[in-house]
Amino acid sequence: MQHDTVPTPGLSEPGAPADRPQSAGVRERYPWAFRWETVLALIVVVIAVAGTTASPEFLTSYNLFNLGLSNGEVAIMALPMTLIVISGEIDLSVASMLGMSSCLLGFLWEKGWPMPVIFVVIAVVGLAAGAINGLLITRLGLPSLAVTIGTLTLYAGVAQILLGPNTVANFPATYTNLGVNAVPYTDGAVSYSAVIFVVLAVIFGVVLHATGVGRSIYAMGASSEAALFAGIRVKRVKTVLFMISGLVCSFAGVLYTFRLSTSVANNGVGLELDVVAIVLVGGVSIFGGKGSVPGVVLGVLAFVGIQNALLLTNFNQEASGIVAGGLLLVSVFLPNAASVVRWSAARYRLHAAKTS
Amino acid sequence: MRLRRATWLALPLLIVSPVLAACSSSSSSSSSTTPATSSTASSAASSTGSASSGALKTGLKVFVIPKNLGNSYFTTSDSVNSGGALAALQTLGETGAETSGTADTPSSQIPAIQAAISKGANAIVISATDPTALCPTLESAMKKGIAVVTYDSDAPTCRSLFINQATPAALGESEVDLLAKQIGDSGQIAIVSASADDTNQNTWISYMKQELKKYPKMTLVSTVYGNDDTATSTQVTQGLLEQYPNLKGIISPTTVGIAAAAAVLDTAKYRGKVMLTGLGTPDEMKAYVKDGTVKSFELWNPADLGYLAAYAAVELASGKITGSSGQAFTAGKLGSFTVGADSTVLLGAPYVFDAANINNFNF
Repeated sequence: MQHDTVPTPGLSEPGAPADRPQSAGVRERYPWAFRWETVLALIVVVIAVAGTTASPEFLTSYNLFNLGLSNGEVAIMALPMTLIVISGEIDLSVASMLGMSSCLLGFLWEKGWPMPVIFVVIAVVGLAAGAINGLLITRLGLPSLAVTIGTLTLYAGVAQILLGPNTVANFPATYTNLGVNAVPYTDGAVSYSAVIFVVLAVIFGVVLHATGVGRSIYAMGASSEAALFAGIRVKRVKTVLFMISGLVCSFAGVLYTFRLSTSVANNGVGLELDVVAIVLVGGVSIFGGKGSVPGVVLGVLAFVGIQNALLLTNFNQEASGIVAGGLLLVSVFLPNAASVVRWSAARYRLHAAKTS
Repeated sequence: MRLRRATWLALPLLIVSPVLAACSSSSSSSSSTTPATSSTASSAASSTGSASSGALKTGLKVFVIPKNLGNSYFTTSDSVNSGGALAALQTLGETGAETSGTADTPSSQIPAIQAAISKGANAIVISATDPTALCPTLESAMKKGIAVVTYDSDAPTCRSLFINQATPAALGESEVDLLAKQIGDSGQIAIVSASADDTNQNTWISYMKQELKKYPKMTLVSTVYGNDDTATSTQVTQGLLEQYPNLKGIISPTTVGIAAAAAVLDTAKYRGKVMLTGLGTPDEMKAYVKDGTVKSFELWNPADLGYLAAYAAVELASGKITGSSGQAFTAGKLGSFTVGADSTVLLGAPYVFDAANINNFNF
């Protein structure tokens, strides 16, 4: 070993790998052990074990069914959000697009439209809503945070106009059974929305991790300009990502409406924060360029599991927000902890070099 | 490039395909989701065993699920200290627990219902955040033989019994009458409601509109929505006052709304010039009644409502009543009640609070 394991002030040259701890060897040999996904998988296991120990109802098929059912829409919306955040943007209008789709479904159903036609209209409106987001952001160069806060209010307003104070609840049982029945041959444990989430997660995972499009999403998240110079059509890809978000959220709106067999203007209000929280817990960097679909899937399990375990163990519900928030903070802090430590060590060295 | 475009095109298709699959496959087993409420109720009653006469069962697990937690109205209706639902359950020797979500929405409330079912509840006492959205969940509870009682807000098609705090007609009409008395039967008035899709609010408002026909000189100029949030309610009330400088009175049929509106009116500019009434809690309104901002408002006793709902739930779960009209039962200190039409039990007439009596109440 040429260099000390403990960084020695003044000895190492700037930029030299002297500040790399000895664990660098371990890190290189077992890179997976240092991934946030691994930590998260451990957290999920801990939650599952603790939940099962604390409450005999935790791992019952009835509870698992309910978990999939109640969280399916949020989990589904987290997938396009993952891609958008990795590309360096954010979409806060997801819950409003869900609400708008739900209201459109109720509005058109009450007008007597056939269901397949309604689905097509909803898909088109979802794509259009996403396109508005995407075009405002990429063509006018506006920040996605501002644009989607604007459309959050705008799309919620459209929902209000469509239904006003009315509620539509007379959907046919064929569709609302989506929220009652489990997938056959799963012992009643798996809801349709859970299956849909898994299928979508595989699709999004493949696109992100095994295609050129996926690599270009990472590239533009790391540096939009560099990606542009590398020949990636940043604006187009981002616009399409927002359109897909719109489509997926509309679809989530349909699931939400059928699960509750109710279409009402405030459906989905506030869910965008859950979606963003799950994506962040899943280890996606809010600054873009980092994150993975498996991480977000684990994020869903952790986020949903911990809240359910608290509910089943009679934990004070008002305080469960503290636990969920704590999990979020830990998940944002831990992946960055290593670099924070390194950064302060470097600063200390610089300071020591100056004063000596 | 071609591959990339193909990927984009394939994604939406793949997204749409599962819903079609899900819909078609679920249609095969769509028969029995709408059981007649009364039959499930009676089967629930018979499954809990020896019924008809004799004492109420003890040791029953009863879950009290308000619209949301951290809401002072429901704290009063449910807690032991105020003599609400949990107090009644304690007296009867049952195991009571209050649980719910933190937001006043079905998606926040449903997990609490599911958890109650998972934990083997014998009865659920619930204030419905939505008249229909909870039904799939509540129906699955009733199928498992759990007695479902709604209080405060009803879900008419999926419960055995609804404990009604006051008839909507009586509330809507009496609030208009109270305000009419205060503003001399004439002038512009407005309503500060909760959310635009709140069942209770909209029913009461429709009765207010009917009652207003008796007062031709009073005109309802606007209905605004504060979403049962203090900040929003304050904002929309301020908006009303700016938009309608000649406004004479405000009705706010929600405890959050009336307190927020009272705080806005509690200035020299508006005190005594714009009258305010509606549904409020004595503790929140005391200061405004004392300084003359508010002359009178009304409510029922939420603690009595919760108390009655808990008794009714235990009666149901013990198999002593089934929820059909005409059945009678005794609810401890509140005396006896009879189930009315639509499996509804009425708590009583609204109670008017004013400077003369408000100090007698603490909730």
